[in-house]
Amino acid sequence: MTEIAVRAEGLSKLYRIGELHRRTTLRESIVAAARGAFRPSVRRPAEIVWALKDVSFEVGRGEVVGIIGRNGAGKSTLLKVLARITEPTSGRAEVRGRVGSLLEVGTGFHSELTGRENIFLSGAILGMRRAEIVHRFDEIVAFAEVERFIDTPVKHYSTGMYLRLAFAVAAHLEPEILLVDEVLAVGDAAFQKKCLGKMGDVSRQGRTVLFVSHNLAAVKYLCPSTLWLEGGGVHLHGTSEAVVREYLESTDAGGRALWRAEASVNDDRRASLLRVAVTDECGRVAETIGSDMPFYVEIDYRLADRVEGVRVGYRLQTPDGLVVLTSADTDPDGWGTDRGPGVLRSRCVFPGKLLNGGRYLLTVGCDVPMREILFFHEAVVAFTVQVSGSAGGAVPDGRLGLLRPTLDWSVRTLAETGRELPAEAGGSGSDDAGRR
Amino acid sequence: MNSADATDAVMVIEPSRGWGVARLRELWVYRELLYFLVWRDVKVRYKQTLLGAAWAILQPLATAAVFTLFFGRLAGIDGDGLPYPLFAYAGLLAWTLFAQGLTQGASSLVGSANLITKVYFPRMVVPVSAVLGGLVDFAVALPVLLIMMAHYRRWPGAGLALFPLFIVMAVVASTGVATWLAALNVRYRDVRYVVPFLVQIWLFVTPVIYPASKLAPLLAQWGLPGWLPGLNPMAGVVEGFRWSLFGSGGQPLPLIAASACTAVGFLVSGVLYFQHVERSFADVV
Repeated sequence: MTEIAVRAEGLSKLYRIGELHRRTTLRESIVAAARGAFRPSVRRPAEIVWALKDVSFEVGRGEVVGIIGRNGAGKSTLLKVLARITEPTSGRAEVRGRVGSLLEVGTGFHSELTGRENIFLSGAILGMRRAEIVHRFDEIVAFAEVERFIDTPVKHYSTGMYLRLAFAVAAHLEPEILLVDEVLAVGDAAFQKKCLGKMGDVSRQGRTVLFVSHNLAAVKYLCPSTLWLEGGGVHLHGTSEAVVREYLESTDAGGRALWRAEASVNDDRRASLLRVAVTDECGRVAETIGSDMPFYVEIDYRLADRVEGVRVGYRLQTPDGLVVLTSADTDPDGWGTDRGPGVLRSRCVFPGKLLNGGRYLLTVGCDVPMREILFFHEAVVAFTVQVSGSAGGAVPDGRLGLLRPTLDWSVRTLAETGRELPAEAGGSGSDDAGRR
Repeated sequence: MNSADATDAVMVIEPSRGWGVARLRELWVYRELLYFLVWRDVKVRYKQTLLGAAWAILQPLATAAVFTLFFGRLAGIDGDGLPYPLFAYAGLLAWTLFAQGLTQGASSLVGSANLITKVYFPRMVVPVSAVLGGLVDFAVALPVLLIMMAHYRRWPGAGLALFPLFIVMAVVASTGVATWLAALNVRYRDVRYVVPFLVQIWLFVTPVIYPASKLAPLLAQWGLPGWLPGLNPMAGVVEGFRWSLFGSGGQPLPLIAASACTAVGFLVSGVLYFQHVERSFADVV
């Protein structure tokens, strides 16, 4: 028998579109009220969005549950409702224990304040008591590795230092129930472990975690079970293995090498993805690519304003969720650059003679590294690599592995059949072993 | 989540109904956060300024000097028998406490949008901390009043015991108006334009520049009760400040009582309205 830590029953959240983005002014309100007086208020269905619709589930104490789903599936809204940041429109949830939410890096940080001051401020805002912060202060500073700059205003910190400090405060939060949005979990493996990990750390035993992520590999690794949200409702809830597999199969279904945004959707976003294509050398969309040929990934997107420190990239993965590699258009540095406003294209050459034959998916995203995800499209395009001319290409034997590069080999004869092994050849052989 | 004692309590999340008052208790649970937000506001306010906390003194002092010159000297307004600079500075101290809390409080929620959409705490903490931050400035500017009192050889009587009460009244009035404006500002950004205008008008209808006793003949002529100006909570606070410190202003008690009522009225209605709309802040801000 497991004790229930979180129980949701028919949770629903309705947004009026206007509430989401448009700023209201008194005049608009008065005009609307005046109109309403003369006209029966008929709300067109297009004006409302059910961000959550009849979501029910249970999470036992100590469970670590992943939450996956496409953009707009309601993942973040669910966390916000459970964190009491926003109220549900209907339904109810019961939460047993102290709740901590990490939806952003550096919540409550003030750039004018010093590192020391920000630890206290951010800690208090995230829900730590003063005594707790004092108790853990040295640990936090050590974890962030900012001892020398602890009395310097954080506006003088490098991005890395700032983030380490912000992470450090968050990592020392010890609620019984932790709600984490992906932003916090990107990149830093040590932090992920410290923050989410139940592994091996006795003091963290029994912590319940709800973890929203686009990183399916991380979900599979960290969370025994997963909740898949679709269109605001629970689509599937089960073991991560099974849910992730189903999820990927569904996203791959009908997957093409070209994807275009539906017209005028999300136009008011800061950044939106317009088109993704896998093309051959001549720029033609290619559903199938020969494994010995380079191919191109074109990502077109619109930035509504100038965005600082932004990058665009993709994750190349297999249909069963294994990530082959991740690449960003600011590599090798990896931090973002300032871009926009406008429509931009990031284009990547993927070398030939590298991938093995098979089906591949591309997940495309745009983010301000470690800060904010601007858009993220899971398995947005799919393509097939057909073995042609790369390693072992002439032999139809189905080589195992994701990669099929042609590596340098040398072959020489060490001993001919029927002859004794020469003494010096054996000697050089043991030399080789020694070097290894 | 600030209360470890609530560890095993079941928190129920559901759409709130009516005008719940129970959430006020939470403000106490989150008192440490309140403290940290006040502390942050005070720390940040005078960072990278040349004069730092001296601004808290300079503003009312310079204003008192200007008032003395134009209203005291040129217009010949008398300060209820007090030297006009003392009269004006005492009034401005109370006024600044109120007006600063109102201004900071009104923009506080919108200014904290990044917190409100990312983490839970009783939203009331935000405007309340903005108002309480003004108390620090008040404490900095208060000694100047003592120096002026020594200079003019005006010593307080037994009324001084009630002085803290008027500080509380100013904070109550300021919090009341600030919660109204802060909550309205989340939905209607018009508030941003209303506030400077409101503060300016409110200053003139409050007996800061002139004593309330000046109004008495006018009220009597129209057959209106003498406490009527007290419907403006700051009228009672400003008169109360001077009365408790200098015993000036005759018998302002009915006026002060009226102001106390309206101050509490602002606070209660402000808190109720705030809590009523609080649920949608994160969606709208």
